[in-house]
Amino acid sequence: MDTFLLLLAPALAATINAGTPLMLAAFGLLVNEKAGVLNLGAEGMMLLAAISGFAVTVGTGSATLGFIAGALGGMAAAAFFAVMVLWLNTNQYATGLALSIFGAGLSAFVGIPYTGISLKSTSMAIPVLSKIPFVGPVLFNHHPMVYIALVLCATLAWFLNHSRTGLVLRAAGESPESAHALGYNVRMIRLAAILFGGACCGLAGAYLALVYTPLWQEGMTAGKGWIALALTTFACWKPWRVVAGALLFGGVTILQLNLQGLGVAVPSQIMAMLPYVATIVVLALISRNPDWIRLNIPASLGKNFNPNSA
Amino acid sequence: MLKLEPRAAPSQLMSYLSPVLAVLLTTLCGALLFALLGKNPLAGLSVFFWEPIRNVRGWTEIGVKCTPLILCAIGYAICYRSSIMSIGAEGMLVAGAIGGGGMALALDHGNNGGAGAIALVIVAGMLAGMAWASITALLKDRFNTNEILVSLMLVYVAQLLLGYLITGPWRDPMGFNFPQSKMFSSGFLLPTLVPTTRLNLGFVFAVLAALLGWVFLSRSFAGFRLQVGGMAPLAARYAGFSQRKALWTTLLISGAAAGLAGVIETIGPVGQLVLSMSPGYGFAAIIVAYVGRLHPIGILFSSFIMALFYIGGELAQSRLGLPNAITGVFQGMLLFFLLGADVLIAYRIRWSK
Repeated sequence: MDTFLLLLAPALAATINAGTPLMLAAFGLLVNEKAGVLNLGAEGMMLLAAISGFAVTVGTGSATLGFIAGALGGMAAAAFFAVMVLWLNTNQYATGLALSIFGAGLSAFVGIPYTGISLKSTSMAIPVLSKIPFVGPVLFNHHPMVYIALVLCATLAWFLNHSRTGLVLRAAGESPESAHALGYNVRMIRLAAILFGGACCGLAGAYLALVYTPLWQEGMTAGKGWIALALTTFACWKPWRVVAGALLFGGVTILQLNLQGLGVAVPSQIMAMLPYVATIVVLALISRNPDWIRLNIPASLGKNFNPNSA
Repeated sequence: MLKLEPRAAPSQLMSYLSPVLAVLLTTLCGALLFALLGKNPLAGLSVFFWEPIRNVRGWTEIGVKCTPLILCAIGYAICYRSSIMSIGAEGMLVAGAIGGGGMALALDHGNNGGAGAIALVIVAGMLAGMAWASITALLKDRFNTNEILVSLMLVYVAQLLLGYLITGPWRDPMGFNFPQSKMFSSGFLLPTLVPTTRLNLGFVFAVLAALLGWVFLSRSFAGFRLQVGGMAPLAARYAGFSQRKALWTTLLISGAAAGLAGVIETIGPVGQLVLSMSPGYGFAAIIVAYVGRLHPIGILFSSFIMALFYIGGELAQSRLGLPNAITGVFQGMLLFFLLGADVLIAYRIRWSK
């Protein structure tokens, strides 16, 4: 039993580590989508943020500055998206795709000098708590961003469901016409949501490059931005279910790595398919019941709103 | 101040001019980018827009790059016109490479081959691409699963599957453990159109596919039904056009086309199965489809631009010492500028005080 627990603790800790970037990105996308904006550029924002954060950390030696740079990088990319979608009225799907393609291209281009550098992995053991057997190493020996993500989740759950501003944000996603008629500036609400989404995806990208791997590699997000997009659907747009979903996917990722480590005789490529296949399976299961989605999906998701023609 | 003012009716002229404007703006920003990197902007641009078309070899290389772009983009155009948002042609392309490559490996005994064998290989590749696309269609049909996410996830799965096959069962026994299959013997390779170049019969298939796509979309009732479903779903339902049929038709067509692209790469310029069968053709084709106005003939033109970007990226590496990844920057810029320029279809710019 003891050896089992000894093996389990690092696996659980690694699950949390792998789930955190998915969580962070999905929180941002959730707020986007609650405001009626679908940003398929998550992958691109994460990549741009990852390289911004990594470059700044390599340059300054400070992970904190790296995270700030990551968040700003994500926001800058999101601002671009926002101007196109909100002011130029471009199609949200196409613009998001453009951001993903552009982000992948630009990050690969500027990231070349940083390929091959690796950073020291940083985690923060919380005094006393991290000494608790089993629970300590699993829960209390992580990078501070892990705890920030959880605080963010609690804040979001409160903000969306119990605050007036949260109600207005949801109104912009359910019925922008009504919100506009009531005198709210839908464009500004959506701008704020998109920028917040960019910052969150930025933190997620920075977490990948600074904590999770920690190195820069072209296309290193490997679909995590898209998985985060799937997570918001999986979670029926509820923050706490995002946490559950992110940990589930983190767990699948770690399971896959651990089984390889234990020498299970399944080829590594087949194991590496697991997170992607899991995403498909989970999406199929959740979408199977149309009522779940229909009751929870923001009614105007993906639809542009132009105040001038309202 | 500049102000956007809605036009009374969308401008047909602007919808044709917008891609041209997008290419010009991309070129301009490209020149700026070269200047920022400390390179002569003119030298940089000539690598992208002059060097590739200077001689016959350059033109044939453009044809080689255009082939998979056209095929994947035709599939996207048909999907997008029916409001099916697949973005997974890259996965279908890899599936096509696996299907076609597998068939070629099974048949290839050195001195056999010929037209019949090649036809079998091509059919296998197209069927594999269709099978891959049908996963997305089936899940959307049965479970209402989002086709954007599923088709994208399947890209990663297809690439990993290919990786498994060529490091495992299909690895070249003489290949020094490199992750690749054996080279196919000459009887299994597509004949070249211009001797000593890589331009092959696949290019002819691609152009034929574009013509077929055009006939399908603008001259057939089936194509008309699909587009009504895309533009006015309620009208399509009222007319009794099946949404499900549209889903399956569009995805199977795009799977067949992308699968064909994959098999052409396999038994064409590459000649074996390797880890990266495509430098992101399946994703670049999204841009090709949009820049080509989701029109098969427009796609022929836009694939040419995208091919220039690919070759320009390769040349930028050898001539200017710039990383190949610059291609991706150009591709992304092009789509952004196109979407931005498309604003002018519905709006005009006015000065107002």
